[in-house]
Amino acid sequence: MVAPSYQLKRADFIFKNDNDWEKILDRTLQRSPQELINELMSSELKGRGGAGFPTGLKWKLTLEEPGNEKYVICNADEGEPGTFKDREILTKVPYKVLTAMATCGHVIGSKKGYIYLRGEYKFLVPELKKAINEFEYYCKQKGLDFTIQIFLGSGAYICGEETALFDSMEGKRGEPRNKPPYPTSVGYLKKPTVVNNVETLAHTYTIFKYGANKFYDLGVQYSRGSKLFSVSGDTPKPGIYELELGMSLQEFVNEFGDGDTKAVQVGGASGFLVPRKRFESTSIGYRGKLSGISLPTGGSMMLFNSSRSMYNVLDNYLEFFREESCGQCTPCRVGCQQLHNGIKAVKRGEKPAQYLEKLLKLTETMKLTAKCGLGQSVANSFSSIVENFQEEMIY
Amino acid sequence: MNKKISVTINGIQLEIEKGKTILDAANHAGIIIPTLCFHKDLCIAGNCRVCVVEVIGQKRLAAACATPCEEEMEILTNSLKVRNSRKHIIELLLSEHNADCTRCYKNGNCELQDLASEYKIMSQDFLRLAPMKAYTIDELSPSIIKDDSKCIRCQRCVRTCAELQGVNALTVAYKGDQMKISTFFEKPMNDVVCTTCGQCVNHCPTGALVERNYIEDVWDAISDPEKHVIVQTAPAVRVGLGEELGMPVGERVTGKMVTALRRLGFNSVMDTDFAADLTIIEEGTELLTRLRKTMVEKNEQVKLPMATSCSPGWIKYIEHIYPEYLDHLSTCKSPQQMFGAIAKTYYARARNIEPENIVSVSIMPCTAKKFEAKRPEMQDSGYRDVDYVLTTRELAIMIKQAGIEFEKLPDSKFDRLMGESSGAAVIFGATGGVMEAALRTVYELVTGREVPFKNLNIKPVRGMEGVRQATIKIEKPLEEWAFLDGLELKCAVAHGLVNAKKVMEAVQNGKSDFHFIEVMACPGGCLGGGGQPIPTNLEIRQKRADAIYAEDEGMPLRKSHENPEVLKIYQDFLGEPLGEKSHHLLHTSYVQRHRF
Repeated sequence: MVAPSYQLKRADFIFKNDNDWEKILDRTLQRSPQELINELMSSELKGRGGAGFPTGLKWKLTLEEPGNEKYVICNADEGEPGTFKDREILTKVPYKVLTAMATCGHVIGSKKGYIYLRGEYKFLVPELKKAINEFEYYCKQKGLDFTIQIFLGSGAYICGEETALFDSMEGKRGEPRNKPPYPTSVGYLKKPTVVNNVETLAHTYTIFKYGANKFYDLGVQYSRGSKLFSVSGDTPKPGIYELELGMSLQEFVNEFGDGDTKAVQVGGASGFLVPRKRFESTSIGYRGKLSGISLPTGGSMMLFNSSRSMYNVLDNYLEFFREESCGQCTPCRVGCQQLHNGIKAVKRGEKPAQYLEKLLKLTETMKLTAKCGLGQSVANSFSSIVENFQEEMIY
Repeated sequence: MNKKISVTINGIQLEIEKGKTILDAANHAGIIIPTLCFHKDLCIAGNCRVCVVEVIGQKRLAAACATPCEEEMEILTNSLKVRNSRKHIIELLLSEHNADCTRCYKNGNCELQDLASEYKIMSQDFLRLAPMKAYTIDELSPSIIKDDSKCIRCQRCVRTCAELQGVNALTVAYKGDQMKISTFFEKPMNDVVCTTCGQCVNHCPTGALVERNYIEDVWDAISDPEKHVIVQTAPAVRVGLGEELGMPVGERVTGKMVTALRRLGFNSVMDTDFAADLTIIEEGTELLTRLRKTMVEKNEQVKLPMATSCSPGWIKYIEHIYPEYLDHLSTCKSPQQMFGAIAKTYYARARNIEPENIVSVSIMPCTAKKFEAKRPEMQDSGYRDVDYVLTTRELAIMIKQAGIEFEKLPDSKFDRLMGESSGAAVIFGATGGVMEAALRTVYELVTGREVPFKNLNIKPVRGMEGVRQATIKIEKPLEEWAFLDGLELKCAVAHGLVNAKKVMEAVQNGKSDFHFIEVMACPGGCLGGGGQPIPTNLEIRQKRADAIYAEDEGMPLRKSHENPEVLKIYQDFLGEPLGEKSHHLLHTSYVQRHRF
């Protein structure tokens, strides 16, 4: 039943290191911003942090903003439970990311880049600094005015949300801002800013190196290219894998499951839980017009086998969110507490099983009304787990 | 002017300026969208999400307060999706809120309660969260009580303290379910850099921040036959009280207020305005003395510019933030405290009452006055000069409790001795008023002529601009003041501490050469004080200001130095301005306070 395009295909671009960044940088800098944007747009690269915004369009919008003070920010706040790919990129191929940042600077007209590094990744700083120093030295020699600075986060999950990230960098409490205005026009220090995930930047390197076609040929319609997956949980081979987008979840489980996979959490704690009966009909990629159920992910793939209680899994996620919500908006702050206390109350028999229905309705409101992307997605795990494993919630 | 765009709300098509929000458009169309975190005085937060609306074609609902209109936008404010979501959000807020409404000070004046009532939230579907957390009520400030169990985290207080006052006493702490509004190191409100201005109270939609009330204490005093209870009323109260009692904004109710106070049982109803006139005599003389000492005697110990000292929030601010400028503050007590000091001396003697039996109550538009009355310096009469300070709101509560139909009350006049006042005293209630009153007197003292402004209205110092400057040239002074001939007296007026900061920075940087600065801690001056009716916004403050200036224009006396009761107190009791007795009773000193 699996269409050819839904097959699992490995790819090897991100970690393949030809140590040719100087050459690639020289080459891209000679190309016009418009040309580079066209290349990115035709590759159909979408943001790999999970939200899937077209990268070329993001650069284009920022380029079109007036003003000569603009910023490039590499979002390395990798905080989603179950993802650990960005750390690996910054360790193994930092030059790809730095080159991509400088290219972005060249495109949008920015002289300053920042890497917003997750606080817990402090141990990466010395090596990363070395790479930056060498990179900046090279840029200087080439007459390119572009510098990169590391900004260390303080451990709040919410600061991975791009506008909260700006606040954090500006020395404020990290809280998501109202959108619009979007970062492309009003970002860091109220200046037009491109915020790209580490992996997204690494992919632009691939695209500028091999051309958009090579990238476009990978994956399926609406979900082009390859992507890193952080595979964890009940699997005999946890780790980081680069796979083409568009595979079915069944294919994925065939490859990574332990033979007893009960469910897969796609996209981390803020993603969706897919039960076994839906493996066949679910594919991994951005939602398109043609594909059936298609789930985007920042790369976190957690497998659970039959020994796991889905109640415990959900309890764990909700505990995470009630703590990691920034707390400013009502649906997220109070909603998370209600969901968390709610499943406990049902489990203890303090509330009837039907209470879960009420909470499911609440998740709709949370999705519709929360202020930021996090708040809009915190309830995903609740709704997908409760809908599919209702019995485990009650008994 | 911005380009107009066309939007449709609930089927009503309208044109609106580009850049306006959905909430603005709805207001235009006569459609009410409920809000909580939104406040006209403050920046947009968009965090309560009560104002969500449906925009056709968008997957998610949009916060009306934070979303700009776009061309051809189709908006629904009352669709099923919106109703369900809005109800959910109100329920969520209630589940987190200590909804013990009948025991709440803000019962009946709470925006969350109004919404709950409007949306008929009759059942408690969600789990109660409030009692699960340990909340402590911070009651240590003499002015403000902070009860986190009633907080809905809209951050209006935080934005108020930062944007209007630049004080940042209140801030957001922790995240997620622990997120709360707190202070520096979570210290109590009496121990942090808080000016007690009460703007947070004025902007809080619920009962999380309220004034410390002394209603029962005052009732007890009134009921005590041994006590002689006197009351003074600040200028801004007479243009705010009516509002709190259901009358239109900006209604002047001076006469009704006096009648009501008598009916409440106060033994004597007098006027802070009398003390305001007295303040002008003392402060005006002080300004002239400072000018003489710096210009003629070249005394470097004497500091200019001189800053007004009527606003206790401003005093506490400068004590915390600019302690090196304490010498710039006029040593004059505020009118409230001048009144208090002479009530238990001059008044007691004239009425032949033992000062210890006098209970001195003041009705103020202000919460910082509660703090001021408790300052250790404020007992120069030998007793606590002012015993209880009530806000405009507390007085309204007492009037309601006493069953007085306020609107039907006849007018009456203040009691004699300390009840006469001039228009110059009335305008103390508006930003720029003290400056204007002082100029009316100082100019005339120096030149023998009235200030050269039509009808004595010194328009350049009036208005709602955050900082205003004016220069008055002194020409042909009387012989005694010859040294002032040709002096361009430079004045600055600021209201809202964020604006005070601007003036202080200009002074600090040496970028200004002001002689005289008026600062009022609250936006609009006392009429926008922390003890005034809620809600407040620029429009409301403007109406109250209009009322204040109308009151001034209607007064037979317009200048402080013509107030016969003021002349009499100097003759019978004080001697002369800045004299020994004045110095003892009417002047004070300031203390340096911690910066953090």
